[in-house]
Amino acid sequence: MSNLRILVATKRVIDYAVKIRVNAAGSAVETANVKHSMNPFDEIGTEQAIQIKEALAKSKTGTAEIVVVSCGPVKSQETLRTALAMGADRAIHVDSEEELQPLAVAKLLRAVVEKEKPDMVILGKQAIDDDSNQTGQMLAGLLNWPQATFASKVELGDKSMTVTREVDGGVETVKTPLPAILTTDLRLNVPRYASLPNIMKAKKKPLAKFTVADLGVDIKPRLQTLKIVEPAKRQGGKIVESVDDLVDKLKNEAKVL
Amino acid sequence: MASLLTLAARRAPLRLGRAVTSVSSQIRNISSSPIDPSVGLTDDQKELQSLARTFADNEFAPKMQEWDEKQYFPADVLRKGAELGFGGLYTREDVGGSGLGRLDTSVIFEALSTGCVSTTAYISIHNMCTWMIDSYGSEEQRQKYLPKLTSMEHFASYCLTEPGAGSDAAGLSTTAVKKGSHYVLNGSKAFISGGGSSDVYVIMARTGGPGPKGISCFIVEKGFKGLSFGKKEDKLGWNSQETRAVIMEDCEVPVENLVGAEGQGFSIAMKGLNGGRVNIGSCSLGAAQASLDAALEHVKVRKQFNQPLSNFQNTQFKLADMATSLLSSRLMIRQAAAMLDQDHPSVASFCAMAKLHATDECFQICDDSLQLHGGYGYLKDYKVNVYLRDSRVHRILEGTNEIMRLVASRALLTE
Repeated sequence: MSNLRILVATKRVIDYAVKIRVNAAGSAVETANVKHSMNPFDEIGTEQAIQIKEALAKSKTGTAEIVVVSCGPVKSQETLRTALAMGADRAIHVDSEEELQPLAVAKLLRAVVEKEKPDMVILGKQAIDDDSNQTGQMLAGLLNWPQATFASKVELGDKSMTVTREVDGGVETVKTPLPAILTTDLRLNVPRYASLPNIMKAKKKPLAKFTVADLGVDIKPRLQTLKIVEPAKRQGGKIVESVDDLVDKLKNEAKVL
Repeated sequence: MASLLTLAARRAPLRLGRAVTSVSSQIRNISSSPIDPSVGLTDDQKELQSLARTFADNEFAPKMQEWDEKQYFPADVLRKGAELGFGGLYTREDVGGSGLGRLDTSVIFEALSTGCVSTTAYISIHNMCTWMIDSYGSEEQRQKYLPKLTSMEHFASYCLTEPGAGSDAAGLSTTAVKKGSHYVLNGSKAFISGGGSSDVYVIMARTGGPGPKGISCFIVEKGFKGLSFGKKEDKLGWNSQETRAVIMEDCEVPVENLVGAEGQGFSIAMKGLNGGRVNIGSCSLGAAQASLDAALEHVKVRKQFNQPLSNFQNTQFKLADMATSLLSSRLMIRQAAAMLDQDHPSVASFCAMAKLHATDECFQICDDSLQLHGGYGYLKDYKVNVYLRDSRVHRILEGTNEIMRLVASRALLTE
């Protein structure tokens, strides 16, 4: 019989289908009046937690409580509601209008872990806005917990989990005791849609709010962004006269040979 | 941001065929646009809309042209939608409904129909039948029929129109004669969406004298003795749902399948149609939105005289007119839907005028989009022709737009 508590970290990001624009000052990506949604890897993380909970209930071998957490501006609560509508049990919002870098988020999550004492923390392997791919690993370091990153398959054992990881050139299987950190890769599962009744019910699920000060964490940025630029515009194609011409252009213009 | 594109590309085949089409990426980037359909909605409604749009993008849009071409009724996809609550949007929750309002429902139908108008229109008809049984049926009827209808294990069809009674619906000639524990129904119903593939038919038949007061409403199951179907009609659009005549020859219907009281049928039918008109208008909004989005995409890419079509004032003014019509249609449909929610006394004329305006204007938007696409718009490789063909019938059914003018003018001239 295992009764698990699973903490799932979620981030509100610009929707993956939006065409990104750099702001006029060249200091950041434009976020005003742009559709946001849950980081897709975090959707996969939420789905995984729900699948674990459902599997335990189905086999009558235990229960799981799913707590979702998001650190960021008040609008992050929309993302938490999405996770609650999918099937998480309750939510925690750590309110911060300040920029939060991966180390700051990892420290905030550590503080939440210390309060909630989960058996597992699931995070997306990265957020699709800054693509840092650091928070899960940093959290594992701060907590001194084992970590299984880039998971494409998870099997729960007795106080342990066996995780298939997607690594360069193949897959690797690791087994870790719990508590542990899990980060999700794309092929782990296909997240479900939240149903209409569950969207409405999600409003009634508990959502606790903390400030950064409540958790006593130093979130001062360690990295400074100098500038953000758009990628160079794609040039139109050219028809070359001969193979020699092509080789010359590849060598001297494209500089790929 | 490099991973964003690769992610979207990798995700496409993985997420149930989620197609990151130009149309959907367009709409996701337009929250400051005047045709953003989420403007003016509550946070709750925006969430319902977002779910419906995502479902339409993933499950309908990639298949729309195939379903149209092959005249395929996507029962599995409908049942998948029913798991999310689309089978009984405004049906009560104790029988598996979602318990939403009519404005919420309009927002959802609009979003769904951007992916497939024909399939969404069928869902709207199914919802109307489900709502009729929920609102006017007995507790036994509710418990017997609704759980299987809200889950779309069973499909429903609405049967009012007859070969000789279209706009003059109160003149219908199908009869129902009570004989012991049964009513015996005789007559035929024409242009029935889902006819033949549906399991449950909500049928209007005459139990009393001529005129609207003599009409009653019945639940008839496929398989009841004496119920049969005509040939599958070949149609201009709405091809993802079958249309057939429903024929009753001494069809025996148990007395407990009478919905409401004898003589209440026409009033049930008219209440249903007020909502049906808002529903079908909502489906036109989705067709127009998707067509306008496609046109916006096309005119920025297509070049003539060394510049994109969007540089020409003719194009710019046309787009502005299309957007203005779409917005006015949406505002009228949403106002009528809100009046249904309030059970407003003037709801019939508002629903009629909204349906008239929205279905005419939105069809015109589809046609204008096709025109902006030039020769490409006439090709079946492009989607606009499907929106055009599917939304054409909205000007005819749920009461023709001529009948909508009749309803509106009566309300104006009544002292």
